Amino acid sequence: MHKRVIFNNRLLPYLLLLPQMMITLVFFFWPAFEAIRQSVLLQDAFGLRSEFVGFENFAHILSDPNYLTAMGVTIVFSTTVTLLAMVPALLLAVLADSGIRGASLYKTLLIWPYAVAPAVAAVLWLFMAHPSIGIIGKALNAAGIAWNYQINGGQALTLVILASAWKQISYNFLFFLAGLQSIPKSVIEAAKIDGARPVRRFFTIILPLLSPTTFFLLVVNLVYAFFDTFGVIDALTKGGPGTSTVTLIYRVYIDGNHNLNLGSSSAQSVILMVIVIALTAIQFRFIEKKVHY
Amino acid sequence: MALFHRRGLAALALTLALTGSAHAQQKVSIDFWHGLPQPLGGLLEQVVAGFNASQAQYEIKPSFRGSYPETMVSSIAAFRAGNAPHIVQMFEVGTATMMAARGAVKPVHELLAEAGVALDTNDYLPAIRGYYSTTDGKLMSMPFNSSTSIMFYNKEAFRKAGLDPEKAPATWAELRAAAKKIKESGASACAFTSSWPTWTQIEQVGAIHNVGVASKANGFGGTDATLDLTNPLFVRHLTTLVEMAKEGTYRYGGRDGAGDALFASGECAITHASSGARARYLKEVPGGIANIGFAFLPYYSEVTTTPNNTVIGGASFWVMNAGPNKVRAREELTGIAEFFKYISRVDVASKWHIDTGYLPITKSAFEAVKATGYYDKNPGADIPITELLRGTMTANSMGFRLGNFAEIRVAIQEEMERAIQGQQTPAAALEAANKRGNEILRAFERANRS
Repeated sequence: MHKRVIFNNRLLPYLLLLPQMMITLVFFFWPAFEAIRQSVLLQDAFGLRSEFVGFENFAHILSDPNYLTAMGVTIVFSTTVTLLAMVPALLLAVLADSGIRGASLYKTLLIWPYAVAPAVAAVLWLFMAHPSIGIIGKALNAAGIAWNYQINGGQALTLVILASAWKQISYNFLFFLAGLQSIPKSVIEAAKIDGARPVRRFFTIILPLLSPTTFFLLVVNLVYAFFDTFGVIDALTKGGPGTSTVTLIYRVYIDGNHNLNLGSSSAQSVILMVIVIALTAIQFRFIEKKVHY
Repeated sequence: MALFHRRGLAALALTLALTGSAHAQQKVSIDFWHGLPQPLGGLLEQVVAGFNASQAQYEIKPSFRGSYPETMVSSIAAFRAGNAPHIVQMFEVGTATMMAARGAVKPVHELLAEAGVALDTNDYLPAIRGYYSTTDGKLMSMPFNSSTSIMFYNKEAFRKAGLDPEKAPATWAELRAAAKKIKESGASACAFTSSWPTWTQIEQVGAIHNVGVASKANGFGGTDATLDLTNPLFVRHLTTLVEMAKEGTYRYGGRDGAGDALFASGECAITHASSGARARYLKEVPGGIANIGFAFLPYYSEVTTTPNNTVIGGASFWVMNAGPNKVRAREELTGIAEFFKYISRVDVASKWHIDTGYLPITKSAFEAVKATGYYDKNPGADIPITELLRGTMTANSMGFRLGNFAEIRVAIQEEMERAIQGQQTPAAALEAANKRGNEILRAFERANRS
């Protein structure tokens, strides 16, 4: 059932829509169109010479073994970041919601990391994990574990995953907490009276009622892991060692911004665009069916 | 109608008079974008302020635009929008990209000729002049802040390991033996490390041994140059590094300048780093200057007995057109030429050299500083200069003119890292780096075909 708003003037609704449309056109559609246009061109850095090459940029990038590696890294990276950012956030939210003493203090403290800029977050992790100046890095080496993320690909990937997930926990915590608080207390109390234990209450009542929030966060976190994490990677590992922490978005950034290869970078953006459109469509088509509003 | 016409004329005359008088008072303003963070950026802006105060006609307006790559990207974006700065500071690896952009840059030799300003380019240190000149010796950009890589070592660690702290290892065999002693005696946690992996461990190694990293005189001869990383010298050297890493005598310090921290903290006993790291080491290495040794980069005595000069790093100043088909006014070009003349003055160049630790651009600045006894009071400060002047400069030690060089460096770094991790043999790593690098070169050649 949709509410109908009656406008007397036929023009007014369009006029009210116009600013939003303008913003969408200028900041979303125009760049996207530019990316598609650039992706079929071969240009020098200064834009002095430009040549139409059709799908050559795509063919080149898709046959590059390093690009396929980056795709694998991205899959591992985004699923782990999403999981590591959501599960602890849910756990913390449930704990903070359970009426412990000083709950509001915990809540405030837990929200803080969200205010930290990605590059600063990365530097914090750098100071903890650096093998010779970081507290944790030094401790690990002293304990006989050869920790050096600058030369060990697996360790480097672990580090960027941890830093990226840590950054997002606060955001998820905030939404989970709001979601939890909007669950009617009467439902939970009824379950208590029926003798359901906390774990059972959580899985049969809280989790299903939380599903709209969880679904929203799933989409947001995947998009975050895909697009917003290159700052962390750039500050921590610059994609290294080897190419073990190069994700698709980091490669777009490097090829476009450092290597000034706009054709290839645009082709990669278009590929990313297609992937994210497909992912979102799948999520809305299949997962949303299981969500109860 | 007639009245309107007359008024229009009067208004026109008034506007002309106003702009005319404003023109007489206003200085010619010249935009200058640079990529030096503090404190170096502040020192550079002092040089600019000195020029502005030295005359009344021109005003250079410096502005910091982030790191070198960021400055490069923003000036290119500004050029595309028809709004490029007059002068931009560009790191040495961007040289080929700038040079290929005919129509975007104004070569310095043309600028000087048109402005009628003479500079004694023969006075420039050859390794510096060569890097920024065409093959027939015409200066394309204005050299300014240059450094090279040298070896630093920790004298305290040498003493503890029973090595002579006044005698630095001159060859790779000596370096390896010293590193082994340091490790075995536990004199320091790590024996040998390096910064700027491709610059100090590939490019300099090639130059010192007179082996080209790429064909066509390292790319000076044309954009159709191909990489030659599979040369036995590079295989030999990467094998040395991988073996030392396995023995525990070499620690890979990370990309770019990340390895600097390992020597600064006293953790590693020997490093190959930029001569520009000197200031930081003097401040941070435990024991300070008394504890730091400075020396030339080592060579393989099996390969050569007459090691060559090293190549420079750092940045130069490029003169840019405002945008596609937008050239500069004559007075702006003259102002830029005057500025370039000012920064080559002996007093200005010497002060910059002493304040920052970058190399003096000219031989006369070097002599002037030497005459003040500066190098006697600051041991090791002349090592980078004498290292640059060592041997006779050849086509293989002049510098590098490779398109998308920054991207090639990353590809080489990635393959080196895979070799050091033990994922592939040194020969396979260089093979892969060579292949990837050549693809990058071909893409550049194609995009810049005229």
